[in-house]
Amino acid sequence: MPASTVGGRVLIAAFVRRDRWMVVWFTIGVTILFWAQAYSVDGLYRTRAEFDRAAASMDHNTAFIAMAGPARALNTTGGQVTWQASAFGAIAVALMVMFMIGRHTRAEEESGRDELVRSGVVGRLAPMVAAYVVACGASLVVGLGVTISLVAYGLGAAGAIALGLGLFLCGTAFGAIALVAAQLTSSTRAAYGITGAVIGATYALRAIGDVGNGALSWLSPIGWYQAMHAYSGERWWPAALLAVLSIVGVVLAVALFRHRDVGAGLWPDRPGPSRAGAGLASSFGLAWQLQRGSLFGWAAGLFLGGVAYGTIGDDVKSLIGDSSFAKDVFSTGGPDIVDSFYAASALMLALVACGFAIASALRPRAEESAGHVEPLLSTGLGRGRWLGGHLLIAGAGTVLALTLSGLGLGVGFALVTGDSGRVGPFTWAALSLAPAVLLLAAIAVLLYGALPQWASLAWLPLVFCVVVMMFGAALRFPSWIMGVSPFRHLSSVPADPENWAHFATVLALAVVVGVAGVFTFDRRDVH
Amino acid sequence: MDDVVAISGLVKTFGRTRALDGLDLSVRRGEVHGFLGPNGAGKSTTIRVLLGLLRADAGQVRLFGADPWRDAAALHRRLAYVPGDVNLWPNLTGGEVIDLLGKLRGGLDETRRAALMERFELDPTKKGRAYSKGNRQKVALVAALSSDVEFLMLDEPTSGLDPLMEAVFTECVDEFKQGGGTVLLSSHILAEVERLCDRVSIVRNGATVETGTMAQLRHLTRTSVRAEVDRRPQGLEQIAEVHNLVVEDHRVEFEVDSDRLGAALEAVTAAGVRTLTSQPPTLEELFLRHYGDRVEQHEAE
Repeated sequence: MPASTVGGRVLIAAFVRRDRWMVVWFTIGVTILFWAQAYSVDGLYRTRAEFDRAAASMDHNTAFIAMAGPARALNTTGGQVTWQASAFGAIAVALMVMFMIGRHTRAEEESGRDELVRSGVVGRLAPMVAAYVVACGASLVVGLGVTISLVAYGLGAAGAIALGLGLFLCGTAFGAIALVAAQLTSSTRAAYGITGAVIGATYALRAIGDVGNGALSWLSPIGWYQAMHAYSGERWWPAALLAVLSIVGVVLAVALFRHRDVGAGLWPDRPGPSRAGAGLASSFGLAWQLQRGSLFGWAAGLFLGGVAYGTIGDDVKSLIGDSSFAKDVFSTGGPDIVDSFYAASALMLALVACGFAIASALRPRAEESAGHVEPLLSTGLGRGRWLGGHLLIAGAGTVLALTLSGLGLGVGFALVTGDSGRVGPFTWAALSLAPAVLLLAAIAVLLYGALPQWASLAWLPLVFCVVVMMFGAALRFPSWIMGVSPFRHLSSVPADPENWAHFATVLALAVVVGVAGVFTFDRRDVH
Repeated sequence: MDDVVAISGLVKTFGRTRALDGLDLSVRRGEVHGFLGPNGAGKSTTIRVLLGLLRADAGQVRLFGADPWRDAAALHRRLAYVPGDVNLWPNLTGGEVIDLLGKLRGGLDETRRAALMERFELDPTKKGRAYSKGNRQKVALVAALSSDVEFLMLDEPTSGLDPLMEAVFTECVDEFKQGGGTVLLSSHILAEVERLCDRVSIVRNGATVETGTMAQLRHLTRTSVRAEVDRRPQGLEQIAEVHNLVVEDHRVEFEVDSDRLGAALEAVTAAGVRTLTSQPPTLEELFLRHYGDRVEQHEAE
């Protein structure tokens, strides 16, 4: 072993130990993402003709293509799996390696633990190489999970290997990008921000490319993955592009690392203000300063997502006309097919907004475990006010994000159809789901108050609601299970009239659960 | 009611660990009270109970005569706290943190803030993540000392400070005391406690084992004596309270329990003293006696 990577093996073992559950969950999640597509597609289309009809209606739908990828062989199960799962699978793997690389490199440097490790017999490059090796190993596990599950399902081996291999190489490529990002700034959050922006850009590039002449797709690693044409005449050379990007990224990261001090970023820290501004005059001001970046990011993303759905316009009529697939996913039973489609779109956006709501409601827990709460609560600041500041942002931020997502739907629709009359109804469509989103956030607050060590379980209700929404109908869940999701109790506005009684009930439940969370927090030990 | 802090029989458990096991502590108004103990003795837990962050399982806890759990926020306007391990928000500067904590406490003294910044040589424009441990500590110290309070709770406040800054810290605590303030200083740095404190409480395994003024505690300690003499001193061996006696030619060295110092010195002077150095007992020794026997117990087990 060369001197610069001495100790790497020990570090790899330690990283694997720290990451094992994360890898297990990502593997299960991504494998299910692919496998469930095969299962649900085969369940949906009973006859060949039905399948062909549905495929034909999706073939030229630019919105779906922008969302998922180039439409190829959509009248086959393998083609459907590739189309519907590959882009999202690649993003999931990219996020996994981003978090793995970040936590073992930049986060360790920021916390100072890295110094302790490096004071041992550890080569200069050992930590970053070990982090990269573990991330690649994890990607390989995910790739194998997908390949094996698809082969076991009975789909062709070549396509399954293309999908699995491509996922693995997406992991190595985005891992290399994350490794470069970790060299640039001294902040872990900034490193995640940079990598996340790159992942978003590659997704957007291939979306534009796939809808247009395809040129821009060739600038995107996700585009390269989809260019492997799994289940539609596999070709293997795009995999080499991913491999080359991985190697170039790692070489660049190593070169950048050699030009910086351990603990510092390549971009130096700038001095900040010596006095607190007016905005930092209260605990609410602090909470706002801590959370606003995340709120702006989610709100902008949800608005753009809304616009993307909105630009499908009234094209949904031809799309949904005779496709049982789309009917199953999008139809909510209302008389107007366009309204039904947008009610379902609003629901999807609301489920995404839950990501913000829950993360924001859990922010106090991150603050507490970072040791930031003790000095605050040793001042004249009461517990309730401190927690309330964060929860106000979680609540108001959720309403803002939902409003913007609905507004996006309306604006996108108006852009394509010239009909701006839907802006109001679509905005309300998203807003009318606020009680359920707030309820999920309130559950997070209650967990934080009552069982802080289990607070991350707050994500489970969201997973449940997503599963009910995506697969509930296809997998024919009993109605009492579906009924546990609060979203099922809110009206599908604008397809159905608003049910104010249900709206008020779910909202009241959210308030009660949230207040219970504050109440339990008020009575427990703070660490 | 002149006790700022009055704790009796305080118990706090975490799961099966009994962190505090019947701890007593009283801090009188206007005194600097040392709170001594090894790591894990329960000092920080006690302070967190006093801050209302942890709820006492049993026992009486009074801060300014009130319940620190119930009246936390109101009581906190009258005190400032410096933790031993200061965590700053990575993207806020030291200056911003000082202002924020000051405002939350109900305002800070601008002139004192500026003066302290100068004395501690603190750069307020650096982001939290860029500060060294000592500098993070300074941020918390400046935030606490520049606020208008009557009680300072300091949990190992000088960890990470260099000796020059420690001296500045000592001055600041002295000034605070001159102004009528009360201080609870938790520490395991004995020199610091000796220099600053009027009274001391020693904790071990979650209970107070000793409390009193420095003078009272010295009765429990030994004075070490070193002398050059004309001839071999007689009778030292017969004094049971003389320990570690070494006699070499014209040199004699021993430790003696402080209440028998007179008798031992008589024996030395009778041998004709050329030079004599005597070291007053230090808290170091006090400490060793209280925790030294624990070591022996462990060895005996």
